[in-house]
Amino acid sequence: MNTEDLALKIRQHAVIMTHLGKSSHVGSALSMADIVAVLYGEVLNVKPKEPTWPERDRFILSKGHAGAGIYAALAETGFMPIEKLKTHYQDGSDLSGHVSHKGIPGVELSTGSLGHGLNVGCGMALAAKKQGKNHKVYVLLSDGECDEGSNWEAILFSSHHKLDNLVAVVDYNKIQSLDKVADTIGLEPFSDKWRAFGWEVVEADGHNHSDLKRAFATQHKGKPLVVLAHTTKGKGVSFMEDTVLWHYRTAQGEEFDNAMKELGASFNSDSGGKA
Amino acid sequence: MRDHFIKQLSEEVKTNKDILLVTGDLGFGVFNDYRADFPENFINAGVAEQNMTGMATGLAMEGFKVFTYSIANFSTLRCLEQIRNDACYHNAKVTVVSIGGGFSYGSLGISHHATEDYSILRSLPDMEVYSPSCLWETMEITKALIDRPGTNYLRLDKSNAGFTNRDGEKFELGKVRTLRDGTDLTLISSGGIMTHVLGAAEELEKMGLSTRVLAVHSLKPLDYETIAKAASETKGIITIEEHTVDGGLGGLIAENLLEKGPRPGIFHRIGLRAGFSSVVGSQEYLRTKYEMDQNAIVNKAKELML
Repeated sequence: MNTEDLALKIRQHAVIMTHLGKSSHVGSALSMADIVAVLYGEVLNVKPKEPTWPERDRFILSKGHAGAGIYAALAETGFMPIEKLKTHYQDGSDLSGHVSHKGIPGVELSTGSLGHGLNVGCGMALAAKKQGKNHKVYVLLSDGECDEGSNWEAILFSSHHKLDNLVAVVDYNKIQSLDKVADTIGLEPFSDKWRAFGWEVVEADGHNHSDLKRAFATQHKGKPLVVLAHTTKGKGVSFMEDTVLWHYRTAQGEEFDNAMKELGASFNSDSGGKA
Repeated sequence: MRDHFIKQLSEEVKTNKDILLVTGDLGFGVFNDYRADFPENFINAGVAEQNMTGMATGLAMEGFKVFTYSIANFSTLRCLEQIRNDACYHNAKVTVVSIGGGFSYGSLGISHHATEDYSILRSLPDMEVYSPSCLWETMEITKALIDRPGTNYLRLDKSNAGFTNRDGEKFELGKVRTLRDGTDLTLISSGGIMTHVLGAAEELEKMGLSTRVLAVHSLKPLDYETIAKAASETKGIITIEEHTVDGGLGGLIAENLLEKGPRPGIFHRIGLRAGFSSVVGSQEYLRTKYEMDQNAIVNKAKELML
């Protein structure tokens, strides 16, 4: 599957999963769908049938609340049956709202509390260096998450230790939990901050796949790399775009039908969850 | 205890290259030889305990046996969520080490009093909690933890009860050790304050009270059998800890005995009850001040038993 098709599938699944589970964070999953599609569709060196293959690239979703998007990507790339997605957020399921590794092949780290992923990723990258291994470690963060001081501890540490096998990606949609990022704790000048902390910085259009691929190909010898991916929260469903509301709201009734229409999908709740 | 921990770790690392000691920028002078001899097995994470613990988890998930190290509450409470969500939930091979249990750093103030650590940490799922009383236990626990899977906490104390092992005694991780036998009263304790407990037992014996002393180096898992035996074979139990009584060692023993039995004839917890220990002083001064020293133990035993 090409990355554009994968991104569309992730979006369709995310809307359906949050519809069925009446769960939040669809805007966050839509925001990162292209980043995740480019990673799983092209960048990450992984084997879906051998999820713990030692040479695999490690991927951590630090913005764990967008877990639906990762489960969708894992299912579409063969890590688990697509059928399993309809259990998301349901009673007795292991597909929790915030991404979990227990029983889910392909998930390296359970997250949900923000500001954990980069630290663990930093340890994995340091381990690879010490073991002389060549795989990379990718960590996807949200912009609001960058308020957490623990991230900046990892950012300091990983440049000091020249972890050029570590790649952070920020899903920079400029909206956090209650307000715009700029009205909460402003991050700008964001790229300057990362650069000042010793990172190689590349900015990209987080919905343009060729631009994302270019960004991920950036040489960063001796430094960790951060991709600041400029995105739109809720991307792909017009009425969900660029609004705090869809951090929480779930598409039901007419809104669900309209979202499905915009994503070119049909779904009948009784049909067994097929997009 | 700190020096014996490092000594043992230095022995282990010679044959086990996966061991990593990660410090939160503390241990001045302590690690000199270790650093010089095993530079590849030492990381200074800086004054950044959240990253230290998250990073330790990442390292452990890739096969390293990681020991995070700091003093007092810095390696525990400061990064509690990293211990819970990252290390414990992923069963990562991380041993959280704190040097400075109880009032080890008594004069430095409440920031440096580790007086709630193990009641908090023992509540975490998939976490084991170890607190040696003597130098032998410190070395034996350190050795045993190298190949112990999962996450655990090692609480080290500045003070210690010397070497309490008998000739030829074989260490069994988790097993409560009977340091002294007795039939009237049982004193149960953990940590360096054991010196006071043994002193009190000696004194009580002279008063005609046959006193058993149990050393609990593993709060979790707890060797319930040995505790239950003491509850049925002696008339009463007093627990002594340099730690809050809320959810501490005494609380742990009480939970077990009340729920599973047998109920002890007499039960009392000696430990910190005074709220924040805002009065400062040496470890010995504070033990007296907060009524957990040898005299306090003897007086409480006399009051309850004689």
